[in-house]
Amino acid sequence: MARMKFLCDAERCIECNGCVTACKNENEVPWGVNRRRVVTINDGVVGAEKSISVACMHCSDAPCMAVCPVDCFYRTEEGVVLHDKDLCIGCGYCFYACPFGAPQFPQAGAFGLRGKMDKCTFCAGGPEKDLSKEEFAKYGSNRLAQGKLPACAEMCSTKALLGGDGDVIADIYRQRVFKRGKGSEVWGWGTAYGKPDQPKAAPAGAKS
Amino acid sequence: MTTARRLMLAVAAVAVGLSACGERDQVTVYKQGQYQGKPDTKPWENDPGASLYTSSKWNKGDKTSWESAVRTRNLAQNEYTRVE
Repeated sequence: MARMKFLCDAERCIECNGCVTACKNENEVPWGVNRRRVVTINDGVVGAEKSISVACMHCSDAPCMAVCPVDCFYRTEEGVVLHDKDLCIGCGYCFYACPFGAPQFPQAGAFGLRGKMDKCTFCAGGPEKDLSKEEFAKYGSNRLAQGKLPACAEMCSTKALLGGDGDVIADIYRQRVFKRGKGSEVWGWGTAYGKPDQPKAAPAGAKS
Repeated sequence: MTTARRLMLAVAAVAVGLSACGERDQVTVYKQGQYQGKPDTKPWENDPGASLYTSSKWNKGDKTSWESAVRTRNLAQNEYTRVE
């Protein structure tokens, strides 16, 4: 199988933040911690504005794993990068190493105490008994153990964010790009969703 | 000194002289540590009925059937196959 991956289609993402909300709700992520967020470039520039949803990309050669001084990271058989919060010392090295800014640190108290690292788990929980209260409290929901996929991807209204087996989502994306039939220089509804093979004839008398 | 010996000396001098021109890795290679935390269970080791509201079905402990269930779920993200 299968290496679990996320893929975000910048042509389709409408910056609705549905994925962010779904993640927050599914995992009951504390205030101030954003496991997923939407990044927009050229905000407000017509035709040039692009958004992309970013979280932990579950790297095949994850820099966070390489730099962790207490070796609290592990990779599951499905290619999901997870960590043990009981072992994490909250040093923040992983945050510096990660090119996506995925590791998050809950802050509390008057002096901004930095807690243990929290990040996207691909809705795969963590090293506690699956579907237990302890697992949910520390790592959030374990949807993979329920035969589901991450809530953010399954919730995405425009299907910009795809999540799952890398081969499968690559096939979905490839088919989508073929349907569009154009490069990235054009934008809009037709680019994102394709055009009908046989456009309907305009009714007589209608303006073109 | 014979010609053969001179030739050998010349080859040795060239070899020693050029050995300084060798290229070495300038980049630090990180050696990944061994995971020190608690072991985790596999998703397919769970009973599909262990949680509410799941439509996926697989045989407990059977990785292949779990993968098949997840794959079916994965393909539901392709709206082209859903509408056609």
